[in-house]
Amino acid sequence: MKKDRLQADLEGLVKKWKSKKGNLIMILHSIENIYGYVPRDTSLKLSRLLDVPLARIYEVITFYNYFKLEPPGKHNVSVCMGTACYLRDASSLIEEVEKILHIKEGQTTKDSMFHFDVVRCLGCCGLAPVMMIDEKVYGKVKKNEVADILSKYVKEEE
Amino acid sequence: MYKMIEAKINGITVEVKEGTTVMEAAKKVQIKIPTLCKHPDLPPSAACGLCIVKVKGSNKMFRACCTPIEDKMEITTNDPDIVEVRKTVLELILSNHPNDCLKCGRNSNCELQSMASDFGIREDVFKKFLRDIPQDSTTGTIVLDPTKCILCGRCIEVCQKGQDVWALSFLQRGMDTRISPAGDIKLSESPCVKCGQCSAHCPTGAIFEKDDTRLVWEALKNADKYCVIQIAPAVRVAIGEAFGVVGKNLTKKLYALFRRMGFKAVFDTNFGADVTIMEEAGEFVERLLHNKGELPLITSCCPAWVDFMEKFHSDMINHFSTCKSPHEIVGTLSKTYYAEKNGIDPAKIYMVSIMPCTAKKYEITRSGEMFASGFQDIDVTITTRELSRMIKQAGIDFLNLPDEEADGLLGEYSGAGVIFGATGGVMEAALRTAYNIVTGKELEDVNFIKTRGLESIKEAEIDIKGTKIRIAVAHGLSHVEEVLNRVRQAKKEGKELPYHFIEVMACPGGCVGGGGQPYNVTDALRLKRSSAIYQDDKDKELRCSHKNPYVKKLYKDFLGKPLGEKSHKLCHTEYKARPIYIR
Ligand code: SF4
Ligand code: SF4
Ligand code: SF4
Ligand code: FES
Ligand code: FES
Repeated sequence: MKKDRLQADLEGLVKKWKSKKGNLIMILHSIENIYGYVPRDTSLKLSRLLDVPLARIYEVITFYNYFKLEPPGKHNVSVCMGTACYLRDASSLIEEVEKILHIKEGQTTKDSMFHFDVVRCLGCCGLAPVMMIDEKVYGKVKKNEVADILSKYVKEEE
Repeated sequence: MYKMIEAKINGITVEVKEGTTVMEAAKKVQIKIPTLCKHPDLPPSAACGLCIVKVKGSNKMFRACCTPIEDKMEITTNDPDIVEVRKTVLELILSNHPNDCLKCGRNSNCELQSMASDFGIREDVFKKFLRDIPQDSTTGTIVLDPTKCILCGRCIEVCQKGQDVWALSFLQRGMDTRISPAGDIKLSESPCVKCGQCSAHCPTGAIFEKDDTRLVWEALKNADKYCVIQIAPAVRVAIGEAFGVVGKNLTKKLYALFRRMGFKAVFDTNFGADVTIMEEAGEFVERLLHNKGELPLITSCCPAWVDFMEKFHSDMINHFSTCKSPHEIVGTLSKTYYAEKNGIDPAKIYMVSIMPCTAKKYEITRSGEMFASGFQDIDVTITTRELSRMIKQAGIDFLNLPDEEADGLLGEYSGAGVIFGATGGVMEAALRTAYNIVTGKELEDVNFIKTRGLESIKEAEIDIKGTKIRIAVAHGLSHVEEVLNRVRQAKKEGKELPYHFIEVMACPGGCVGGGGQPYNVTDALRLKRSSAIYQDDKDKELRCSHKNPYVKKLYKDFLGKPLGEKSHKLCHTEYKARPIYIR
């Protein structure tokens, strides 16, 4: 279902923008706005429809922070790797999140519940190591607390 | 008329055409401005920052690689300030670079390493920031090691603009910029056609040929193996560069070298080229006179081109010559014809082929037909660059060896066989023989000058017994589409075909400029290599494939006739459409 819609939308978008300058970035913006990310097979189709190499599309998508390559998660989990957090062993938190959610940084869980990113300084170095879920900051997080923190968000859903 | 410009560089007057860059102008007056990103083959990317110079009247420093020189400009290319800044720039580049030289594919051949040596780098001044990106050797031909990339942009220029493949690009930006195929896929899942041009242009060890030399040494050590070898046309005129000799044909020294390394028989890909011509010229005449297959016929001896066609132009499959490439033919014949004649068990024969090419590493297992002898026809392929290392490891004073001959059965070649190594050569060789098939006569002048040279698309018309044959020759994959579109257009409109015969080589200049050849290639060097090839042709008594006595013998004793049943089985192949992206 979603796939079909995507295909129809894409053709509409291409028709709308095809003859205009800078069309690639405008179409990518629309795709990002509609889906919250730019799926790979959409890029592949776009590459065919516009006759623009896929490599070029990825140059654009990865150049601007605005575009995401992974579907957004319901909750955004970030672990800070700024200097202060790095020194307070943030890497063990990253490992732990990756282990529990079975994804790597930049990815989204299969059920689209969590998206996980490693970020630069969150501006609360005093609390290092820092982890953030959506807007909420968790400071001085210990490795063995990660599972508990994450499970709160799963429970909330049920 | 060009406007001329007069300027001063380090006080020396220089007169150049308008539009000349400061770097080019400096070269004219024997001043070398250091660079890590500018390759003489490619437009400036202005990425490295090493080329900075001062211009009188301005307190900014300018990049010499991309600044056009202006009338009355007074330029300083070197003073203590400039040296200091350059050194800092270099130290910054090195702060992202693993100090891996001893284990690197470019050790003693790396532009970054020599720059560090020239500038007397003795310590890591800046904190190291290394990227943790795994190597990618999935194509089995070239290896990407993005941790050693200095972001000069040469490979991207070559892959996107020169070859029109777009396998590589820069992803992300700033500190995170890296070379990669689109998204986090492997190179083998990308459109990469394995031409290796990126590796031949990379200044560092970030892209290099997969090293298979160990396989060769191991086979030579194995008493059960009967090791045989062949060399491609373009290798013999370039290998000398690794030993300081430029533009010289070293065929006979190479034959001697291979025997000293322990090979039991020494063959020549040029012989295979003569056989390819017998089949391909035959195919051409069949299509031309007897309507057996579509015209134009398109050459297929370049595996990168074959891969490119299968991915991007598969509507052209019917136009492709089904004939295998010369080294594959020598491979197959070594394990059938040669084995039979000499009573050797083909299972023991180990065939090594020395190629100017990284794509040939891919070709040897490309499809089932590459096993036509019942075994893998070619066991391993190594590039000219790998061979130069093997010669050094073997400690053989190669340049001073006495001349030797190849083993005739699969080693004797005509002038037509050797010119395969240069763009236009396959066309020229095929025309020499096609003329003979059609007319029953020999050409008075076998030289087709119009197919030679470095112009990107060459066209000519040749009269064969009243029929005008129109040909096109393209090299560098970005020039292919134009030629193919002319054919498509004519087909669509039902017009007369623009060509009867098309030759394509993926690498600029043809195989002499191959992706596995010695570094620092320029058009001047491509021409030097090809003139050594054309000289070899000129010096040959026999200039046409069909005159090669060993080719005649092969057909008489073994294959029967060109395009016959046996040669169909052993010397031909098939093509299929392949996806551009696997993921
Ligand atoms: S081998 Fe050729 S096609 Fe592949 S990445 Fe390098 S330049 Fe591009
Ligand atoms: S891989 Fe080599 S050629 Fe490509 S950008 Fe990096 S350093 Fe330059
Ligand atoms: S032109 Fe020659 S060297 Fe280049 S990819 Fe083709 S066969 Fe290989
Ligand atoms: S370094 Fe983590 S919050 Fe500043
Ligand atoms: S040579 Fe000018 S910036 Fe690299």
